[in-house]
Amino acid sequence: MGALNFLYAFLMLLLVFIFQTTLTGLNRKVTARLQKRYGARWYQQFLDIFKALRKDSTSHGWVFDFGVIMALGGIMATVTFIPVAGFRAFPGTDNVFVISYLLAVGMLGMAMSAAGSGNPWASIGVGRALTNMLAYDIPLMVVIFTMIFAFDSASVGQLAEMQQGMGILGWNFFRMPLGGIVAVIALLGMLGKKPFDSFIAPAEIASGPMVEYGGKHLGFMFILHEFMTFIEVSLIINLFFGGGATIWEYMLKYAILYTFTNIISGVMPRFKIDQAVKYFYRVPLAMAIIQGLVVIFTGLGVTIWF
Amino acid sequence: MVLDNKDTRNIWEKIGDFFSANSIWMKWYCTGCGAIEMPPTMTSRFDMERLGMGPMATPRQADVLLITGYLSTKTLRRVIYSYEQMNSPRYVVGFGSCTINGGIYYDSYATINQLDKYLPVDLYIAGCMPRPEAIMNGFNTLIEMIKKGEANGWRHYQENYDWYKKNQLESLGEVIIHDEFHE
Repeated sequence: MGALNFLYAFLMLLLVFIFQTTLTGLNRKVTARLQKRYGARWYQQFLDIFKALRKDSTSHGWVFDFGVIMALGGIMATVTFIPVAGFRAFPGTDNVFVISYLLAVGMLGMAMSAAGSGNPWASIGVGRALTNMLAYDIPLMVVIFTMIFAFDSASVGQLAEMQQGMGILGWNFFRMPLGGIVAVIALLGMLGKKPFDSFIAPAEIASGPMVEYGGKHLGFMFILHEFMTFIEVSLIINLFFGGGATIWEYMLKYAILYTFTNIISGVMPRFKIDQAVKYFYRVPLAMAIIQGLVVIFTGLGVTIWF
Repeated sequence: MVLDNKDTRNIWEKIGDFFSANSIWMKWYCTGCGAIEMPPTMTSRFDMERLGMGPMATPRQADVLLITGYLSTKTLRRVIYSYEQMNSPRYVVGFGSCTINGGIYYDSYATINQLDKYLPVDLYIAGCMPRPEAIMNGFNTLIEMIKKGEANGWRHYQENYDWYKKNQLESLGEVIIHDEFHE
């Protein structure tokens, strides 16, 4: 591991930011078309971020400022560990557990910063966000542990490569259909899309954790959100949709999955937080456990298609 | 107020103003009757998002404070709190004739007549109420003003804070609260 790896990591961060922000902008247009509107310009998200970075900003103390930097640092570090179409900035470090622990640094940084603002809406938002995380993480982890058990590897890149070369039926989404559906539902929860967006509910708790952010702080949070989206969608693409043999294939799959979550989000109402938890612990958790039992006791899913 | 039309901005401020003009996040102060004109402006008929405008949840996140109609002296206090929570550059848009000269409430004991005695208003949209066409037209003007660097109300507020403060206090009067939090 040398200086070149760090150069790759830096380039990767830059490209991920440009790609994901463009995609977010295009998806704002998709949402607008669902609502029969014309919609924002495709580069609107860039304008919003740079506008926010340009403004003055109010601090609410050391914890508030430091939390933002810690969250952004943690999330950016996580991005560099994500394998993209066989490319790894730091080879050999793309373990599921490394990624999920590093992701927690970012999440907790955000929670710390929001709670540090002292605003009660922010505390309610953080509480809901962490409850939501607990809800979607358990079914998703059951499925991912099943996969690790079945294929004897915890490396995200290796798990992606194992699905390649067998056509579309080689994807874990089709080998383990119940688990795949759980993962896509969990992705909706991870991204904070409707129906699982009760922690940012703008009209109810004034955008939750984001309530006291303005100006540069808010700009950082927007950048952080783009990176976080990339990590979450990438995990699902790599683990369930076969990653990508080439970068273009990867980007195409990524764009389709992300747009799909947005379309679902565009037509859904919102769960209350207790409804979301109940839902995750009832339907997806049951599906995940059934999938796990099937894989462990019958071997279907590991060998069924070939 | 001395009108100075010379453009004294440096290149970074010009770039910043370009971003500000094309991404206007608004906090709607919707205690007046004008609030009812905002939903059609936002949704599919007029669709303000295509100009980069959108509602935000809190004053901290917003660039524009939109006062939709009359302000009673009680709500004026909250408007001032909201305005002072916003981060500069920040703009105020007065909406409807009530913010210009009191409108049909011109002789009411409970409302203020002229908003720009208390807050630096960058743009007025006249009408009772202004229809969404007028709102879109007004915001196009605001976008042009920000691009040219003419929307300087927030700077004017900083420079003439004493004058604004005096007017605010005169209107609000002194409030003495007797409870466990204030003594």
